[in-house]
Parts: sequence; structure tokens; C-alpha cells
Amino acid sequence: MIEVTQEKHLATIVEAAIAKHGTHADAYIPILLEINNNFGYIPAEAIRLARAKLHQPEDHSLVSEGRLYGLASFYHMLSTQKNGRHTVQFCESAPCHVQGGRELWKALQQELQLKSGETDPDGRFTLKTVSCLGICGVGPVILVDNDFYGNVTPEDLADIFAKYE
Amino acid sequence: MPFYRSHVLVSVDPECLKRGAHEVIDALNDELIAQDLIHEVQVLETSRIGDPYRLGPDLLVYPEGVHYANISVDDIPYLVEEQFLKGRVVEKFRAQEKVVSDEELGAPKAKEVRVVLRNCGKIDPHNIEDYIAEDGYSALAKVISEMAPEQVIDEIGKSGLRGRGGAGFPTAKKWKLCRDVQDSPKYLTCNADEGDPGAFMNRRVLESDPHSVLEGMVIAAYATGASLGYIYCRAEYPIAVQNLNIAIAQAREFGFLGKNIFGTDFSFDLEVRKGAGAFVCGEETALIASIEGKRGEPRPRPPFPAVKGVWGKPTNNNNVETYAVVPQIIIKGADWYSSMGTAKSKGTKTFAIAGDVVNTGLIEVPFGITLREIIFEVGGGIKDGKQFKAIQTGGPMGGCLTEQHLDLPLDYEALTAAGSMMGSGGLIIMDNETCMVDMARFFMEFTQDESCGKCTPCRVGTKRLLEIHQKICAGQGEPGDLELLDTLCTEIMRDSLCGLGQGAPNPVVSMLKHFRSEYEAHIFEKRCPAKVCRALIRFKIQPPVCTGCTVCARNCPVEAISGERRQVHKIDPDKCIRCGICAQVCNFNAIDVLS
Repeated sequence: MIEVTQEKHLATIVEAAIAKHGTHADAYIPILLEINNNFGYIPAEAIRLARAKLHQPEDHSLVSEGRLYGLASFYHMLSTQKNGRHTVQFCESAPCHVQGGRELWKALQQELQLKSGETDPDGRFTLKTVSCLGICGVGPVILVDNDFYGNVTPEDLADIFAKYE
Repeated sequence: MPFYRSHVLVSVDPECLKRGAHEVIDALNDELIAQDLIHEVQVLETSRIGDPYRLGPDLLVYPEGVHYANISVDDIPYLVEEQFLKGRVVEKFRAQEKVVSDEELGAPKAKEVRVVLRNCGKIDPHNIEDYIAEDGYSALAKVISEMAPEQVIDEIGKSGLRGRGGAGFPTAKKWKLCRDVQDSPKYLTCNADEGDPGAFMNRRVLESDPHSVLEGMVIAAYATGASLGYIYCRAEYPIAVQNLNIAIAQAREFGFLGKNIFGTDFSFDLEVRKGAGAFVCGEETALIASIEGKRGEPRPRPPFPAVKGVWGKPTNNNNVETYAVVPQIIIKGADWYSSMGTAKSKGTKTFAIAGDVVNTGLIEVPFGITLREIIFEVGGGIKDGKQFKAIQTGGPMGGCLTEQHLDLPLDYEALTAAGSMMGSGGLIIMDNETCMVDMARFFMEFTQDESCGKCTPCRVGTKRLLEIHQKICAGQGEPGDLELLDTLCTEIMRDSLCGLGQGAPNPVVSMLKHFRSEYEAHIFEKRCPAKVCRALIRFKIQPPVCTGCTVCARNCPVEAISGERRQVHKIDPDKCIRCGICAQVCNFNAIDVLS
């Protein structure tokens, strides 16, 4: 169960997102992205709150929690699971793969002691793969939160991660 | 009219004025009078030349084209004497060019023709005036003031422009289909969900020249009768999204977007829709579903989007590059555009070159160029002096081509005939140390991950393709696997709902065709000729080279290496996990990898 203060906070974020993007169907994904950006994932409670606001039968705007959960679980950038404080995303695309990405991916899993999709016990890092970031000229590429790192070698990893608490 | 041998253009950008540009102009005129040069040198005011915050006040001297920066009134007598009396360039006042290392897009290389990329890196994408100065929005003005919508469609038809998203459908035909549907409102969508790994042409255009896409869309809206457009941009491109929003706001302010464009009764507006990470959303029906706030799952066609698209209304969907090229065709004419390219593929195409090639990055070349020219002339050849092995064109739904295809003239038909496809334009070049079975496994991982799961052939079929490849790479391939792959590929391609599933087996099909012997080596001889698949390689210490330094034995994580100090060491193949650490740490290159 989410604590009361957090629940209030959650409600504020959800309401702000809906106020910003509206209640029309094409706002659902932007609203979920906004919630995801605030919490690092989409708590089940947020889906319940959002649905309560978005479901307006009098305007023939019908939406179920399942519809919203369906979106949250479909798109890679939306997560239904709690993530670490920092998300490390490894570009798994072919250009990075042939430019040393294969070795880097092994080193990355070893360095963080994580497999794809896992979060470490103290909640510092979540390791994920991401589809092509389009900066293939400097592959292999990793993305830590919103910071891009190009031409990464296994030796660089320790220095990169040291920047994130 | 007096004849001047030199012209001085002084920037009177607001920041330069604050820094004393007018004082510099006065001092220049005074000094030219004093040195009796006022009838030979003309001083003019101009807008921003360089970055005023770094270089202002700055000025340009023509015909030399020299750019002087941070000029103060005190510098003027010396500058006038040296530059105009003695005719010498004053190096110490020259603007220090900020060296921008643009890894993606350098100066055009030989054989390149920049149409779509012409403004990239040249103009400030945050400043609409920069775009206008490069003939921006003049095509729109021409269309609205001089051309009927049908004439616009005719002109695009004559140019031979085909959809740059990969399928190559004639753009004018698409526009006409949408125009002819009796329903309203109509919508435009711009597919900026460039998800193909290794393709980043659209990102660069959106980031560096967003107005060209906007202008192309407004022209398309005029031609098709659309009143609202969506640019569906993937969220992995945050800068593109930001620059598009800035560009849209500026275009509205200038009256190029919104109500009553150019004061006529034609109205059209644009919105950016950000994706949320789903490769399949590049498929047009999935893209439309995503715009409508649904899971990005494709639906069967027909009805085509031209009839039932966004919100069930007629919708014209084109790729970023298709829209971006439209204003150029309007300004320079269909004949100019169709003079480039091959019989059926006209104009130019952008490609992103990635992989084992010296110059990775973006290029734009006319259709008809050969892959050999792209790899070895534009791309500078294979990295580290290695050999060319294969090139994957058309992204993960495309196919790989080999040495024998290098002299094909590149166009939509030739690539399809060779078993690959144009796709959006990602080219991944592989050297002889690439294992093709491993690459095929890799592409299958991608498609398996990105399959939306709606239809069974794609969802389950790609999973099976992946599993068989994993098995072969792990050294557990069995007789019959290749035949099973052949059957699976045929069935997935035949039965899948959308382009993703229909194209997913393509890499496997082409690799089976061109590199079947490599598959056979994995399955029947249990070896990986490229020495990539870990389970199929062995590490061996070369006795004459080994000095018995013990470094390898000490670093081996599984204690598979034995030997006395100063004696030749040995690797126990049963214990060895083929991690390769021994080969990395050996100072004498005594450890060989055997396939």
C-alpha cells in the first residue's frame, strides 16, 4: 500500500498530466509518459487514478484500467515495474553490435552484476536494452538516464558509473 | 553607379550593436576618408554573420570573403591600412572558426549530391529566418499563389518522387488517392518513427532542418486537402522533438501554418506526437493507432489510410525525407529532380553508413550509384584494412548482399531483385570477422523483441527462428535445421499481417542464400569460420611463442591453464569456457583462436 503523502503526490502528478494533455484518447500516451518520467515507472495506483479522471461516460469517452495498462505494458519507454534511481540503457542495434557492442554488453552486465531488466538490491541502477538511438556513428552507445555516451569500451564503464550515486 | 573594388559588410545584429557596431562603421568611414579610399571601398550594414556573442562586432570583406571578428574602433586604422591600402589580410583580426567536429555529416564527399541534407549543419534550426534565407517557404508561396492542388500533384508526379520510407510508392499517386476520397476532415501524418537500427537520416533532418519537413507537409496538405497534420516522432529523438516544436511555433508566428496561410483561405496546422518506444509504430496502421492513443498494433489493409486513417478519416502518410524534398522539387522543377537517378528511381536518397567502414555517418547520393562506390569511395573502405564481407541494406527487414552485388546500380527495383530492399536507408557494412549466423541470430533477437504479438506467424514464428539460431550458435545445430529455417521463413513471410512480420525472415533468407556454407560449418563441422561463436572456437597456446610467464594461468577464471614457470603452458579444452581473457592478457600473442 502506498503511503498517504505519496498518494497525494501521485494524485497531483496525474491531475497535472491530464490538465496538460487533456482527456481525449490521443492524450493517453503523453499522460502515461509524463507519469513515467516523474516516478521512473507507472504505479498501478496511477493507472487507477488516471482512469477515474479519463473515463467520462457522459461524453462517450470510455476507458478501462485495462486499456491504460495495455498501453503501459506495450511501449518500451513505459514501465510497470519500479526501477532503480538510474536507468542504464544499452543500445542493442546492429551497428553498435558490430562495433564492439557484443563485448561491451558482456562487460556491462558483469560491471553492474545485472541482467537485462534487473535492478540492483540497493536500487541504484536498472539495466535495460534500448532500440537504436540513431547515433550509430559513435557506437557502441549507452544511455545513463538522459546522458549519452558514445564509443564506449569496457574500460570506460567504471568511470561512467562513478558519476551516478 | 559608382564602382567599388571592396565591400565591407558589418553585422548590425542587436548584440553587435550593443557591442559598438555603429561606432565601428563610423570609424571605418572616417578612416577610409582619411586614407582616401572612400570611393573604392563601400561600407554596408548586414544582419548576423557569425555568433555575435562570441564574435561581435564582426564584419566581412568582399571579394576576399574574409571574416574579421571582435573589431573595436581602435583596430580600424590598422585594418584599413593593411586590408585596403596594402591588400593584405590581417590574420590577427580574423574570426577563429569554431571547429565543429561533425561525426555524422562532414563536407560533401565526391559523388554526393545534397538535396535533403543541403541545409544540415549550415543553418540554425532554431531560427526560421535562416531557413527563409535559403529559399525557405518560397515553394509554399509559389504553390499557394500560382498552382492549383492538381498541378502540385502533377508536378510531384512528373518528378518521379517515390516514398522514402522504404516501400517506394509513388508520392503523387498517394496524394491523389487521398485527395479523391469524398470525406472530411482529412489528415496528414509524417512518419518520423525512424526505428531501423543504424538509420538516422531522418533524425538529422528533423534536428538540423525541421522547416523543410514542415514546408513539405503544408504543400502536401494543400494538394490533398488536409486540415491537420501529425508528426509522429520517436521519443528516442528528444532533440528532434524539441526542434520540431520550436519550428512549428515560429512557422505559426510567420503565418506559414495555422489559419489563413499567406492570407488565403487555406488553413492547416501541425502537432508533434511523441512515440513511446515501439519499433512497429513505423508501420503506418500501427502509427495511426498510436496517434489515436492505442497500442501500436497494425491492422489489415485495405482499407488503406488514404480512405480510413487517423480517427477513421482519409489520411496521407509520408516519411520525413519525402516531405523534406517536396519544396525543392517545387522550386527547382520536376525536370531537375528527375534528371537524377535511374529509370524508375528518381532523385537522391540519404543513407546512414554504419559498421566496419572508415567513414561512418550520413550521405546523400543520386540513385544509380553502386554499393561499391558507396562503401569504397564515399565510405572510405573497410576499417583496419580488413576485407569486405557483406552489407545489410533495408534495416532489420532487409537483406544482406555480398561482393557479387557491389556493382548493382542502386535503386528500389535492383535491391528487391537482389533479395534485399531499399528500406529507409540504413547500410550496415560487415567485415570478414563477422559471423553471419551470429548476425542472423542478432536480427532475429531484434524482430522477436519488436514483434507486437498481434498475429501468430510473426509472434511465434520469429521466436522459433531465434531459438534455432541460438541453438546453432551454441554448437547444438542438427541436420534438418536449415530445411526447417527455410520452411519457417516462407510461412512467416506469407502469413504475417504487416510489413514487420512479412519482412522479418528476410535477413535469414538472404544469409541462408549467400552464406549457407557458414551455417553448414556451424551445424555439421561444429566450427565458426569467423571465430565469433564462443561455443565453436578453441583457444590454443603456440609452444614456440609461449615464454611460460604464467600471466594467462593467473588470469584464467576457471583455472583451465596449467604449466610450470618458464615452461610452455597448456589449455584444458574441457575446463575452458572460451572467455578469451588469456588471449587478451598474453603479452606475446602466443594464444591463437581456432575455429
